[in-house]
Amino acid sequence: MQNKSIAQLAADLRLRTYSSVELTRHYLERIERLDPRLNAYVTVSAEPALAAAERADRALKAGEAGPLTGIPIAHKDIFCTQGIRTSCGSRMLDDFIAPYDATVVEKLAAAGAVVLGKTNMDEFAMGSSNETSFYGPVKNPWDETRVPGGSSGGSAAAVAARLCAAATGTDTGGSIRQPAALCGITGIKPTYGRCSRWGMIAFASSLDQAGVMARSAADAAFILDEMAGFDSRDSTSADVPVPDYVDALDNDIKELRIGLPKEYFGEGLDGRVGAAIQDAIKEYERLGAEIVEISLPNSPLSVPVYYVVAPAECSSNLARFDGVRYGHRCEDPKDLEDLYKRSRAEGFGAEVQRRIMIGTYALSAGYYDAYYLKAQKIRHLIADDFRRAFEQVDVIMGPTSPTTAFPIGAKMDDPVSMYLNDIYTIATNLAGLPGMSIPVEPVDGLPVGLQVIGNYFDEARLLNVAHQYQHVTHWHQAAPAGFE
Amino acid sequence: MQWETVIGLEIHTQLATQSKIFSGAPTAFGADPNTQACAIDLGLPGVLPVLNVQAVRFAVRFGKAIEAEIAPRSIFARKNYFYPDLPKGYQISQYELPVVGKGQVEIVLDEGTVKTIGVTRAHLEEDAGKSLHEDFQGFTGIDLNRAGTPLLEIVSEPDMRSPQEAVAYAKKIHQIVRYIGISDGNMQEGSFRMDANVSVRPVGQAEFGTRAEIKNVNSFRFLEKAIQFEVERQIDLIEGGGTVVQETRLYDAAKDETRSMRTKEEANDYRYFPDPDLLPLEIDADFLAEAVADLPELPDAKRARFQADYGLSEYDADLLTASRELADYFESVAKDSGEPKLAANWVSGELMAALNKAECEIGESPVSAAMLAGLIARIKDGTISGKLAKQVFEGMWNGGGDADRVIESQGLKQITDTGAIESMIDAIVAANPAQVEQYRSGKDKIFGFFVGQVMKQSGGKANPGQVNEILRRKLQG
Repeated sequence: MQNKSIAQLAADLRLRTYSSVELTRHYLERIERLDPRLNAYVTVSAEPALAAAERADRALKAGEAGPLTGIPIAHKDIFCTQGIRTSCGSRMLDDFIAPYDATVVEKLAAAGAVVLGKTNMDEFAMGSSNETSFYGPVKNPWDETRVPGGSSGGSAAAVAARLCAAATGTDTGGSIRQPAALCGITGIKPTYGRCSRWGMIAFASSLDQAGVMARSAADAAFILDEMAGFDSRDSTSADVPVPDYVDALDNDIKELRIGLPKEYFGEGLDGRVGAAIQDAIKEYERLGAEIVEISLPNSPLSVPVYYVVAPAECSSNLARFDGVRYGHRCEDPKDLEDLYKRSRAEGFGAEVQRRIMIGTYALSAGYYDAYYLKAQKIRHLIADDFRRAFEQVDVIMGPTSPTTAFPIGAKMDDPVSMYLNDIYTIATNLAGLPGMSIPVEPVDGLPVGLQVIGNYFDEARLLNVAHQYQHVTHWHQAAPAGFE
Repeated sequence: MQWETVIGLEIHTQLATQSKIFSGAPTAFGADPNTQACAIDLGLPGVLPVLNVQAVRFAVRFGKAIEAEIAPRSIFARKNYFYPDLPKGYQISQYELPVVGKGQVEIVLDEGTVKTIGVTRAHLEEDAGKSLHEDFQGFTGIDLNRAGTPLLEIVSEPDMRSPQEAVAYAKKIHQIVRYIGISDGNMQEGSFRMDANVSVRPVGQAEFGTRAEIKNVNSFRFLEKAIQFEVERQIDLIEGGGTVVQETRLYDAAKDETRSMRTKEEANDYRYFPDPDLLPLEIDADFLAEAVADLPELPDAKRARFQADYGLSEYDADLLTASRELADYFESVAKDSGEPKLAANWVSGELMAALNKAECEIGESPVSAAMLAGLIARIKDGTISGKLAKQVFEGMWNGGGDADRVIESQGLKQITDTGAIESMIDAIVAANPAQVEQYRSGKDKIFGFFVGQVMKQSGGKANPGQVNEILRRKLQG
């Protein structure tokens, strides 16, 4: 059951080959048995999941099923879920239960999805390896000594290990695509504003975007169809019609113009990862695509710009965690300042504290113009690079991550080297563009992700382009040993 | 040395929207703590602000009322600081690009001259909650009902030169916001709060002195006293060889003094930056036109019109335009009765006195404009004398119905029957031969005695004109 596509599962459920309760129990049993090795879930919500599965079965029986009715999924623990703890991977919110559902959660529930639980993540989505979580690191199912990537590492590992049919993720600088690449799954970060941010705990508001982590582009299309859309509760949500992503999957990609930015194939890229990417691009040529070399001249500035903008926003977004109304509060504060200092020092981990300090500094009087304002200006230049590129090409391709999954602990003492993991993914967030990662031929048994970047609101084309590749290859079907 | 005082005001006026500026929670005053605060007001994780368009409309109305530029594009920014009653750890405000730009208002000084005070800007922002330091045994209670209430912060130029000018300006702004219906201006409930930036400099010096900011003054009287105290403090300080430091001060009304709250060095670095949760606020011509379509006549225009159309004195016009409700009341009485001067006298005299005595607002007056106009009509047509009219007014005020009913029930109708008055006078003349003799011997002053007797006899109802005429005839024999 765990290897079936969402379309197959939906068909089976409709034919009553098995019930949603049986399917849900099957996944819960797998989680119980296999997740202790991975630590992909922070919270397993078995009871509400089974109750939802029962409702789904009744709806299926009554012929009132929605597109995802009875399909078991997982939510990254950054999405607020009414009645189920939302920790955001932090001690700060270890006991936080939101009184509301995120819009994304609400929409998927309305489509009939069953929520198995909440997945592990880097604390407040700050990290590229899932090692900053208060709940401990997630292991990569392909090699349990290695990281799954981050920050949506729990969702990536859970999908790769078949511990859910699909999962939600969020991507601020690569947090869907990089773990998707490192875990050998398909991840899509839609255009900024495509999915509502309501109820999604903010890291960097101008960059955060919800998306899907699934085993194939087709599965992702089914989920994204239900997640996307305007939400009046999010002022930055886009009031742009949502096309049918599933319908678009089978479009022909002959004469597709693929841009390869020379900056994405230079120094820092692991040679064998580069070769795997080139092989995948050859496959696209065989499918009739046209390859165009392009340049994104400002892309080397992406990482420094990101590490001003994102921490600046996070320093303000995380100010609400002050121990006053909810969240971690220190024992016996002696005065207000002590309450603030100790609650925050105890509640936040080292990486979160580092970014709050960087951001506070970047916004300080006398530094604002030199850092924040300048970064915002360069951000426009980076977006302009893409605008020019999309006058020439339909999609841009390159590696998602410069290397395959690295060993747990390898980069924890070297933040800059950790930050460089997102060198190919960050620019799309700065520009607000949609991006995907799909698995190509592994290197030494470790997954490699091909990144596909599209123009604004061109998710249908991204999914179509990914699906066409997955139609003629099998890399996305491979399961890690022991999790088949 | 001669000193000149320089004052600028920042006024926070609470906008009269039904719901908060970034959430759907109600803004009503006086509810139990934390009952009018939703997830957004509490700053829970994952919540997002959505701008209340009514607050924008109100800001635009104010901008129009002070002849200011309305920014076609303005930006909401975050003002970052930690405080327990500031749930998000930042206040959403406007910083570099406010919705209302430069404008101006006119104030009238004591000697009658008009002075223009510049308004630098006005911007939208959210209010914080309240910290309650009593009743919690060493703890502080937090009430977030007020958190997210929409405010318009109106910043003046440093154009005022005395506490009186500052008060006149503050009153003018207060009058405008109430006229255009964007705020109830209720000072007891904190809907209109003033911060005063005060400095002094030697007369003739171009540069400003160092200023102190007096925070959160909530009455015009305290504003005047606080500035007066602060000016004297600064002059004494400088003349005693000291220097004024830039700082925030609080006015203690009980002690009538200002006290230092924090100095510039202790001030927060607010780390303003554009709020990424909100799009730039864009105001197009259609929105602007719609927002100001029903903008009422403003106080200055109304005052001029009352003088021109109704022949009111400047004093009366000023008094009767103090609030829109009062002006509307007056105008309704004036139009219905066709006697604007009588209307002005009655509204500014009897009615205002009664309202003040009863401590109620014009809207709560038991005597409606129509009722007062009815009374004036009865004076005009001679049904009652001016003197008895006060009694009729009292009757109306106390719930006796309209003028005709009070006149009827209290039997106050004027006696205009010549025969009745004549026979009354005949009796009085016959009963007072000595006084008649005095009058006839040339003591004219005794005439008043006879008028008094007639009025007494008639219960004040005899028509005074007729009484005079008949009495004179009869006394002359």
